[in-house]
Amino acid sequence: MAQSTPTGDNSLLQDSIPTRKIGWFERLLGPENYRILTGLLKTPASVIGFVLIGFFIIIALMAPLLAPPVTPNDPYRIPRDGFSSDPKPPGTEWKKNVMPLPFWWKTFVGTETMTHIMGTSEGQYDIFYGIIWGTRTAFKTGLVVTISTLLFGVIVGSISAYYGGIVDNIIMRIVDVLLILPGILAALILAAVLTPRIGKSLVPTMTALIAFGWMGYARIIRGDILSVKERDYVLAARVIGVKDNRILFRHIIPNAVFPTLVLASLAVGDVVLSFAALSFLGIGTEVGYADWGQVLSFARNWITSLDTYWYIVIWPGLTLVMFVMGWNLVGDALRDVLDPRMRGKT
Amino acid sequence: MVTFIIRRLLLVPVLLFGVTVLIFAMLQLLSPIERSALYVKDFPKNEKAVEGIIRQYGLDRPLYEQYWRWLVGTVDTVNNVRHGGILFGDLGYSRTSSTPVADLIASRFPNTLDLTLWAIGPVIFVGIWLGVQAAVHQNGLIDQAARIFSIIGTSFPTFVFGLLFILIFYATLEWLPPGRLADEYMQVVNSDEFRRYTTLITIDALLNGRFDVFWDALKHMFLPILTLSYISWATFLRVTRSSMLETLRMEYVTTARAKGLSEHDVIYKHAQPNAMIPVVTLAGFSVVGLLGGVVITETVFNYPGIGSAAARAATQLDVVTMLGFALFNGFILIVSNLAVDILYAVVDPRVRLS
Repeated sequence: MAQSTPTGDNSLLQDSIPTRKIGWFERLLGPENYRILTGLLKTPASVIGFVLIGFFIIIALMAPLLAPPVTPNDPYRIPRDGFSSDPKPPGTEWKKNVMPLPFWWKTFVGTETMTHIMGTSEGQYDIFYGIIWGTRTAFKTGLVVTISTLLFGVIVGSISAYYGGIVDNIIMRIVDVLLILPGILAALILAAVLTPRIGKSLVPTMTALIAFGWMGYARIIRGDILSVKERDYVLAARVIGVKDNRILFRHIIPNAVFPTLVLASLAVGDVVLSFAALSFLGIGTEVGYADWGQVLSFARNWITSLDTYWYIVIWPGLTLVMFVMGWNLVGDALRDVLDPRMRGKT
Repeated sequence: MVTFIIRRLLLVPVLLFGVTVLIFAMLQLLSPIERSALYVKDFPKNEKAVEGIIRQYGLDRPLYEQYWRWLVGTVDTVNNVRHGGILFGDLGYSRTSSTPVADLIASRFPNTLDLTLWAIGPVIFVGIWLGVQAAVHQNGLIDQAARIFSIIGTSFPTFVFGLLFILIFYATLEWLPPGRLADEYMQVVNSDEFRRYTTLITIDALLNGRFDVFWDALKHMFLPILTLSYISWATFLRVTRSSMLETLRMEYVTTARAKGLSEHDVIYKHAQPNAMIPVVTLAGFSVVGLLGGVVITETVFNYPGIGSAAARAATQLDVVTMLGFALFNGFILIVSNLAVDILYAVVDPRVRLS
C-alpha cells in the first residue's frame, strides 16, 4: 500500500512528540548525565548542600587571610598561647605567640587587640585557628583519599569484570576478605602500624583509609561494566571488529563509570569523617596539627567538666557536622536522581 | 536449601584463610623483635637474648614457615610447653597491659556482649518502625521529618554526638555517667557474695537480685546505646522506607485492599513482612557489628569493651595486641555473617532457589 498522506487532525500526534531544544551543555554531558545534574539543581536539599560545600571551599582558599599564620613556614601548626592545660573561654586575650590581626578583625570585632574568639583548648591551642586551617586539611585528605580509592577501585573492578572467570573470582574473594573487618578498625590498625615507620603526618592515616576504602568502588564498577558489556552498541562494535581494549576503554568504561564517579565525589564527607575519627582516637598527625579530629580530641580529658568547657566541643563539632552534612545533602538527592525507578521523570 | 548452606559453608575456610593472611601481612610490617611479643612476654634486654629469641621462634625464617609457626606455635621441647599458635587460642602478649591478649579479650568481651544485648532492641526496632511510618505516610509530615532526622544522623560523627550527650546528660544534668559502673557497685560486683553466673553484669545483677547494680549498669549503658541507635536509625529508616514503598506498590497489596481489608491489616500483615526481607540482612550485620566492638562509641564513653581496648592499644602502638583483636573480630564476623546468610535464606525462599 502506498503511503498516504495523513488526513485529518494530527495535532494530537505532534503534541505527543516532545520538541525540546537540546543545548550544547546537554550535548556535552549526554542526556542521562544532564538529567542527573538538572535533577540535583531542582532539589532544595542538594542546593543547600552545594552552598555548604562552597562555603567551606571559600574558607579553605582564604585560610591565610582569615587566620594569618604565626609561623608562615608551617601554617598547619596551631599557635599556642602558653602551655597551661585548662581551656580558656572565648574572648580571652591572646598574650603569647599572637596571631597577626586578620583583615576582618576591626570590622567585625571592633578592637585592636587579638583575642581567642572561640576560646582555647587543652594546652592553649587556639580553636578558631585550628578550625580554619583544618578546613584545608579536610579537603586535602578528603580529595586525595577519594581520588586514590576511586582510581584503584576502578582499575581493579574493570580488570575483574573484563577478564571474568578465575581472575574475577580471585579478586572478588580478596574484596570479600578485606570487607570482613570493620573499616574503621582495619584503618586504625594499619595507621598504627605505619605511624612509627613513616613518622607522624597525614600520610599513615591516608594510606590506611585508601588501603581499606577501594573495595566498594571495585564492586560497583564491576557490576556496571558487566551490565554495559551486554548492551547493543558493544555488540555492534564487536561485530564491526573493534579491538578488545578499545571496546573496554572507549565504549564500556566511559558508559559505566559515571555512577561510580558521582558516588565517589560525594564520599569526601565520609572520608573526612573517618579521618577525623582516627585522629580523635590519637592516631596519625602530630599533636597541635590543624585538623578537626585533633582539635576535638583535646576534649577527651575534660568530659567531666564539659558544662564549663562547652566551646572545646561545640565549635569544632559543629564545623565537622556542617561539612559532612553538605556532602550528605547532595548525596541524598543524588541517590533519588540515580534511582532507576525514577528514570524518565525529570 | 542444603546446597545453598553447603556452598556458603565452603566459603568459610576461604575467608578464614584470607583474614589470617591479611593480619599476618600486617604483622610483617613489624621488625622481628617486635613480633617476638607473639611468643614471649618480656622485651629481651641484651642483644644475645634478642638473637636467641629470633632463632628459637623462627622470626627470620621464610614467610610460609613463619605463617605456619604463627598458626600452630612453637613447642618448647625442654618444658613441653607451646608458645604462640593462634589456632590454639594464644594470640601473644599485650605488652602495654602486661597480660596475654586472649585474657584481655576474655575480660573485655562480656562488657561488649552486655552492651550489644541491650542495644539490639533500640537500634533495630525503632529504626524499622520509623521507616514503616515514613513509607506509609509518604511525603507527609512524618516522612519529611524522618528524612531530615536521618540526614542529621548520618552527618554526625559518633564522637561529636557522644561528646554532646556527655555535655548535656552528664556534665550539665548529671543524670547519666560514662564508664561501666559506679565505684561502690563495682566493689559489690567484685565481692564474693556476688556470684558471676554469666559474666554479663546486667544479667548477673538480676540473677543475684541486686536491682540497684542492674539499674546502675543500665544507667551507664544508656548514652552509648542512644548514640549507637541514633546513628543506625538513619540507615534502617532509609532501607525500610524504600523497601516498604516498593512493596506497597505491588499488585498483591492492591488485591488485599480490593478484598476490603482494613488499611492496618494491609500494611502490617500483608506488606510489612515482605518488605522486611532486606531489613533482616541489615539487622544481622548491625548486630554483628556491635559484637565486634564499637571502637569510637566505647572510647568516648570510657566503656571497657573490646572496642575501647583496641583503640587504646592503637594509641600506644601495641600492634600485636591490636592484631589479636582484629583476629578475634574477624573470626566473630565470619561466623556470624554465615549465620545471617543462612537466616536470610530461611526468611526469603528466593535466595535459596536461585
